[in-house]
Amino acid sequence: MEDVAIIGVGLHPFGRFGGKSAIDMAAEAVRAACVDAGVQWQDVQFAFGGSYTVDNPDAVIGQLGLTGIPFMDVYNGCATAATALQLTADAIRSGKYDIGVVVGMDKHDPGAFTADPVAYGAPAWYGEMGYFLTTKFFGMKINRYMHDHGISHETLGRVAAKAYRNGALNPNAFRRKPVSEEDIVGSRVLNYPLTQYMFCAPNEGAAAAVLCRADLASRYTSTPILLRATTLRTRTYGAHEVHSTWAAVEQVEAPTVYASRAAYEEAGLSPEDVDVVQLQDTDAGAEVIHMAENGFCADGSRRSCWPKGQRRSAAACR
Amino acid sequence: MALELSAEESEERMPMPQTAFAPDVFTWPADEPQLIGGKCRSCAAVAFPLPSSCPRCGATDVERHLLPRRGTLFTWTTQDFLPKEPYASRETPETFRPYGVGLVQLGDEVRVEARLTESDPQALDFGMEVELAIVPFRTEDDGTEVMTYAFRPV
Repeated sequence: MEDVAIIGVGLHPFGRFGGKSAIDMAAEAVRAACVDAGVQWQDVQFAFGGSYTVDNPDAVIGQLGLTGIPFMDVYNGCATAATALQLTADAIRSGKYDIGVVVGMDKHDPGAFTADPVAYGAPAWYGEMGYFLTTKFFGMKINRYMHDHGISHETLGRVAAKAYRNGALNPNAFRRKPVSEEDIVGSRVLNYPLTQYMFCAPNEGAAAAVLCRADLASRYTSTPILLRATTLRTRTYGAHEVHSTWAAVEQVEAPTVYASRAAYEEAGLSPEDVDVVQLQDTDAGAEVIHMAENGFCADGSRRSCWPKGQRRSAAACR
Repeated sequence: MALELSAEESEERMPMPQTAFAPDVFTWPADEPQLIGGKCRSCAAVAFPLPSSCPRCGATDVERHLLPRRGTLFTWTTQDFLPKEPYASRETPETFRPYGVGLVQLGDEVRVEARLTESDPQALDFGMEVELAIVPFRTEDDGTEVMTYAFRPV
């Protein structure tokens, strides 16, 4: 199998952009990634596009140049970007292509997500009766986790304050103003114990990367990023998952635990080798849980590893 | 804040017709209503509501199985903002009443997600004993009360 390198990245800022379409934003992100990589769009042999709000991300080729390449669209919930990146890398690893683009784009309405629960495998009444909310699931999950592991509301406040601080430093971030821990903890409770400022607000933006065979990367850059592993797992019986009417009494490891373990094994690395981490932080509680589930600290020791996490967390979605 | 009306409030009102919001999900009217789950005839896994196949082993031979009426609160949260559609309580931002949501463990059989009649975090606790209650969910234009299931602290 071929090794894979990321040779260029491009971002459209995240925020709110009025009438500008997600596809328009994606075109800018892909152009920026191609410039960063030093390739022409005409050199790109294939692409994967991911989105929740755009039905056919491949329409972006109408703005980049109609070269006739295969362009595959994926949607995989919160794992859409990870899935698109994995498929792009696997297509190169298989030897089918030398160079490809992966692009994600979205334009979300403000506020909590909603949809037809039947399309998510839940009964219609699940939505009509007020259960079909990701934020409610996050609240239930972190409430139990805090109970089991002695985690305080102040820890949630520190996690969110760190994300806002990082956002203030990042010109591409949606939220650019620092918010104090006190204001975060003291803001309106939306789903106990989670408050308004502990949630990542749905917004708009696009991101793209150019990938190629690692042995060709030196043609384009002296600093390729080798993609060591991408892994994706689903739950097994016993995991409590979002949009579920029930859960099993027996409990098993969360999918994140064995997905990250597989990634470390594939990469030949351990959590101690990692310098920069970006975690799913749909809410401040999710980051606390995912720090432990990805092996960066033991359950409940988030507090003691905090200073390290603060230094090391460079990316923020707020 | 409680979902249910107090006994005094109930007595003051004229009786009005009632209907079940999701009749396939709980037995009602009944003196001792129960949630309707399913039990796999192959591996005995229990799920809620009655599924067409077993979520553990995939067998399609799942029988109707009534769930215990009492359980304990495994975890919980509160819903403090009005959900978007398809939420169908007919409430507005002005009339919205926050509700609790819990994951209730019923014996050693299954955990079910359910509304709680209590939404004050100070009055909810892990391991708290709760019991199934059929409570008003919304009122139709003709006065019919639409009833749904919830759990209330014992």
